[in-house]
Amino acid sequence: MGSLIEAPEPRNAGGQGFFTTRLQHLINWGRKNSLWPMPLGLSCCAIEMMAMVGPRYDLARFGAEAMRFTPRQCDLMIVAGTLTWKMAQAARTVYDQMPEPKWVIAMGVCSSSGGMYKNYAVVQGIDSILPVDIYVPGCPPRPDAVIDALLKIQKKIEKERPLAR
Amino acid sequence: MRIPPDQIRNQAEELRSLVAGIEGASVEEGIDMPVLHLPRERLLEGLQILRDGPLAFRHCSMLTAVDRMPEEPRFEVVYGLYSIEHNRWVRVKTRCGEFDAVVPSVTGLWPGANWLERECYDMFGIRFADHPDLRRILMPEGYEGFPLRKEFPREGIEPGRLYREWERRRQEPPATAAGESAGRYEV
Repeated sequence: MGSLIEAPEPRNAGGQGFFTTRLQHLINWGRKNSLWPMPLGLSCCAIEMMAMVGPRYDLARFGAEAMRFTPRQCDLMIVAGTLTWKMAQAARTVYDQMPEPKWVIAMGVCSSSGGMYKNYAVVQGIDSILPVDIYVPGCPPRPDAVIDALLKIQKKIEKERPLAR
Repeated sequence: MRIPPDQIRNQAEELRSLVAGIEGASVEEGIDMPVLHLPRERLLEGLQILRDGPLAFRHCSMLTAVDRMPEEPRFEVVYGLYSIEHNRWVRVKTRCGEFDAVVPSVTGLWPGANWLERECYDMFGIRFADHPDLRRILMPEGYEGFPLRKEFPREGIEPGRLYREWERRRQEPPATAAGESAGRYEV
């Protein structure tokens, strides 16, 4: 219970302020801080992915907590788990349904390389059917590792030139 | 659940008297339950007795196959039956060869065996006569080969073939004829 201090009047009260930037930076800034992931949870990695969104690791700190279960609203696909050849068509369709621009994280060794499933049923690395931006090793990877991948994707987005397309 | 050996012996005796009328049937004392061997031609007859007889094996808990490759006949189809009333198990085995891999379906006795038989067909290529819907269940439609056969290569025979065919069809220009859609998943 201290004494009340009167807050100083803001200088630009009334919306008189401005700042300068380049449109490219503004677009990249918006994109990288509002990635909406498409959670393609195929097996046990999906549990770690859920932990990543939960309160302890809290993906919302990086603006990527809005998991959407329709690919039409997403721009970051997290392939979490073992992709079988039977599922491959569906995964590719989900990827194609996402609007541009879009990025892909291969989470865990199964989606990165087939992992321990070197057999007839499993795709030996999702890069044979999808363009992958970043691979996260681990079986399953810790949520920190996937958050690190997300930060690296954000760095990658910063360097992109959206107007040059 | 461990059953003492003398109890298994008693159960096997009981089974022997039950299937005494079936030609070619034999009962063996397994390590955990009695095992009944039936010839393929008398399989349904024997299973009918087990289900409707005094022991009432009304639950088909398991159905699978074993590929005993150098032996002839090659495949062994195994049924795990459970009697809920008597808390008792029995394992039933029958054999079929590679070139006439056909076994009568037990879906008429236990409707729950439907998917088990489909899986068995998918993995071993054993066909079940009179099965209502004998399709692959785990592998995609059109897959080549039967993965759990001993001669099947572990890494598959062109595992990505079906995907590549789908991809090629997708790359083709869409059909313009009226009423034709772009497929099941339209992008």
